[in-house]
Amino acid sequence: MAIDIKMPALSPTMEEGTLSKWLVKEGDTVSSGDILAEIETDKATMEVESIDEGTVGKIIVAEGSEGVKVGAVILQLLEDGESADDLGAPASAPESEAPKGEDQPGTTGESHPKDDSTDEPAPMPKTKPANDPDIPTNIKMVETTVRDALRDAMAEEMRRDETVFVMGEEVAEYQGAYKVTRELLQEFGAKRVVDTPITEYGFAGIGVGAAFGGLKPIVEFMTFNFAMQAIDHIINSAAKTLYMSGGQMRCPIVFRGPNGAASRVGAQHSHDYAAWYANVPGLKVIAPYDAADAKGLLKAAIRDPNPVVFLEHELLYGETFDVPDMDDFLIPIGKSKVRSEGSDVTLVGFARMVGRCLEAAEILAGEGIDAEVIDLRTIRPLDSDTVIESVKKTNRIVCTEEGWGQSGIGAEIAARVVDEAFDYLDAPPARVFQADVPLPYAANLEALSLPGTEDVVKAAKKVCYKD
Amino acid sequence: MAKKPSAKKPAKKTKSKAPAKKKLVAKPDEMLKYYRDMLLIRRFEEKAGQLYGMGLIAGFCHLYIGQEAVVTGCKAAMKDGDQMITGYRDHGHMLALDMTAKGVMAELTGREGGYSRGKGGSMHMFSTEKKFYGGHGIVGAQVPIGAGLGFANKYLENGAVSLAFFGDGASNQGQVYEAFNMAKLWDLPVVFVIENNQYAMGTSVKRASAETELYKRGSSFEIEGMEVDGMNVLAVRDAAQKAIKHARDGKGPMILEMKTYRYRGHSMSDPAKYRSRDEVTKTRAERDPIDWARARILDEGWADEDELKKIDKEIKGIVAEAAEFAQESPEPDPSELWTDVLLPVDAA
Repeated sequence: MAIDIKMPALSPTMEEGTLSKWLVKEGDTVSSGDILAEIETDKATMEVESIDEGTVGKIIVAEGSEGVKVGAVILQLLEDGESADDLGAPASAPESEAPKGEDQPGTTGESHPKDDSTDEPAPMPKTKPANDPDIPTNIKMVETTVRDALRDAMAEEMRRDETVFVMGEEVAEYQGAYKVTRELLQEFGAKRVVDTPITEYGFAGIGVGAAFGGLKPIVEFMTFNFAMQAIDHIINSAAKTLYMSGGQMRCPIVFRGPNGAASRVGAQHSHDYAAWYANVPGLKVIAPYDAADAKGLLKAAIRDPNPVVFLEHELLYGETFDVPDMDDFLIPIGKSKVRSEGSDVTLVGFARMVGRCLEAAEILAGEGIDAEVIDLRTIRPLDSDTVIESVKKTNRIVCTEEGWGQSGIGAEIAARVVDEAFDYLDAPPARVFQADVPLPYAANLEALSLPGTEDVVKAAKKVCYKD
Repeated sequence: MAKKPSAKKPAKKTKSKAPAKKKLVAKPDEMLKYYRDMLLIRRFEEKAGQLYGMGLIAGFCHLYIGQEAVVTGCKAAMKDGDQMITGYRDHGHMLALDMTAKGVMAELTGREGGYSRGKGGSMHMFSTEKKFYGGHGIVGAQVPIGAGLGFANKYLENGAVSLAFFGDGASNQGQVYEAFNMAKLWDLPVVFVIENNQYAMGTSVKRASAETELYKRGSSFEIEGMEVDGMNVLAVRDAAQKAIKHARDGKGPMILEMKTYRYRGHSMSDPAKYRSRDEVTKTRAERDPIDWARARILDEGWADEDELKKIDKEIKGIVAEAAEFAQESPEPDPSELWTDVLLPVDAA
C-alpha cells in the first residue's frame, strides 16, 4: 500500500493551513529528509520533510490550496516495488498517524482536542463595538483579527512618534513568533524593530533604561511565562522608580505578549499573570478581549507615560472582530465595558473569559435568567465603579478568570463588592477560576482544569438560587 | 590541520595589565579639584555614618569611604550629557555629579528636602538634570538599565555615553552578562565600571568568583577590559577617558575593573569579621586615594599646607551645612504618600 503523507500541524492550535508550494512532482524519487512542500498558516511558514523513502505517486492537494485541514492526505508515496496501481484511495483525513510522527487523537477530524471546556468548537462570540461610547456612531467597521489589530496599533504609533520602537525575540526578521509584529521591520527598519537574543531579564532591563533615556519601548515577550525572568525589572525598575525618585524619573514602556492558557502546552506555558501584575502600584495592566479594544488600548498604552503590562491571549490572536475604521482610534485605559446588559446577575471577566461569559449569558437567557456581562478590559486601575453599579442593579455577581483563584482578580472584585455594595447583594459573590493545580497537558485534564462556559452558567444559577 | 590545543590564543582584545608605569600627569587646578571632590565624598560619608549612629539616618546606608578615586576619576573623564548609573553605594556618585550635599543628606534622613522628597532613601536617588539615573537597590539591575541608556543615546544620536557602575558582587549576576552580550552585539555607547572593593558584603572575590580578574569577564563577548588602580584618581581618569572615547566612537562598551577598597563595613550594620583590622589599616596607610593626591600636590608644589587647609575647611562647612539642613528639613507631608505613583495620562 502507498504511504499517505498528511497535512502536519505547525503549532498546537493549528487546525488548517495553506499548501503554498510543492517542491516535488509525481514520479520523483524521495529520501527521508527531503523537503516535499511548504505550508503556511497566518502565523508561520514551514517545510514538510519526508520521513519515508519512495517515489511520489500522486499529489492529492494542489499547490496554492487554502484551508487544508490538519491530517488531510496531501500526497501518496509509492514504496519500493509499488506502482501507480497500488495507490488506492487515500485514507480519510482523521485516521492513522500524522506526518512527522505527531500524536493525534484521530477520530474527530481535528488535529487536537478542543482546548475549550465546552464541546462547542464555535468561534468566540462577536461583539458590537458600535455600542461602545468610545466609538462614534456611523463609523465604518473593518473585520480584523486581534493579531492584526495589535500590529496596526504598533505601526500607527510608530508612524506618529519616532521614539516608539519594538524589541523582543523574533520580532523583526522572523516577523514575530505569533506574527503580531508582521511587516513592521519592512516599514520601520532594524533600528526600530529590534531582534534580541533570548535574554528576557537583560532586554527588559535595557528597555527600562531606554525608557529612562527618553524612548518609548514596546518590549515583546514571546509569552508572559518567559517574563518571569524579567519580572524584577518590570516591578523593581519600571513600576517603582517614579515614586522612589519623587516624581523625577519617567518610564514610558509597554511590556506585551501572550498571557494565559494556550492549548496543550503544559504548565510552564499556560499561566495567567493578571493577578500578579495587578498587585503592583506604579503599573497599569490591560487585558483586552476583542480586536477593537486590543487596538485602541494598545495605542493608549504606548502613549501612556507610565509602564504598562499589556496581556494578550494567544487563543484570541486569530479571532476576527469589527474594528472601527478611524485614523486615530483610542480606548481610554481604566474603563470597563458593559458587553451585554441584563438585570438578574452580573458576569465579570477579562480577555478570553469575556467570550465565555457572553456564551453563558445566551444559555442563561434560554433559562429565563437575564445576565449582564462586564468586560474589565483594564485590570489596573480596576474600574470597580461600573461593577458596583451593575451589582446594585442585579444584586448578584459572578467573577471569572482563567488564572488561579487565590488572591486572584475575582477575589479582589468580590472584596470590593462586599465593601461597597454589601447591602445590595442577594447572594454571596461567586468566583469561577482555574483549578488550583499547575495546568496539565493531557487533553481531558486540561479541559477539566480550565474554567469554561458551563462553569459560568453553573455559578450564575447558584447565585440566582436556581441550581 | 587541527590546531594544537596549546596554540589557543589568550582571550582576544583583553589586555592583561595596565601599561607599564609612566608618570600620570595632571594640571595643578585639575589635581586640586580631584582632591577637593574626593575629600567632599569622604567627609560627607563620615558625617552620614555619624548621623546614622545618632539614629537620624535609618535602614541601609552603604558608605563609599576608600573608593572616592573611582567616581572622581570617572567624572573627570565625562562630558556634558554623559550619564551615570550605579547600585546602592551611590552617595559618592551623586556628589561627584555636583548634586548638592544638602539634597543627598536630606534624602538620607528621609526629609522633604531630599532628592526623592524622602521617598527613596540612601539607595534610591536620581537627578535627571545632573544625568544621574540612580541609585538601584537590586544588585546588578543597573547594568542592563545602563546599557539601555546607551541604547537610547545611540537611537537618539545624541553623542552621549552612559557609565554603569557595579561591584565585584554584582559581577556574578546573570543579567550583567545578558547586558554585556547585547551592549557589544549592538555596540552601545556604555562603559561598564566594576568597582572591585574586594568584598561582596562579607564574601571575598576569591570565595565567590571562579575568574577573579574581573576585567576579563567580557572576553567571551569580545569586550575589551582593563585593570585599573582604583585608588589612584589619575589612573582612573585616564582609563575612563579611553573607554568613554571608545564608546563614543561607536566601538561599543569597555570594561574597567577598578581595584579599590572599602574601609567601612558593607553597610552600617556590618561587624566586618571577614577581614582583619590589619588589612584595613594597611590599605589606609599605603593606598589611600586622598592621601596620595595630597602628597602629590605638596610634592609638586601645586599648593601648600595652608591652601589645602582652606579646602578642608570649605568642605567641612559644606558637610556641616548639609547635616544641618538634613535635620531641619521637615518630614514629607502626609499627602506625599499618594503622589508619584503614576503620571497623569497627559503628562507633558
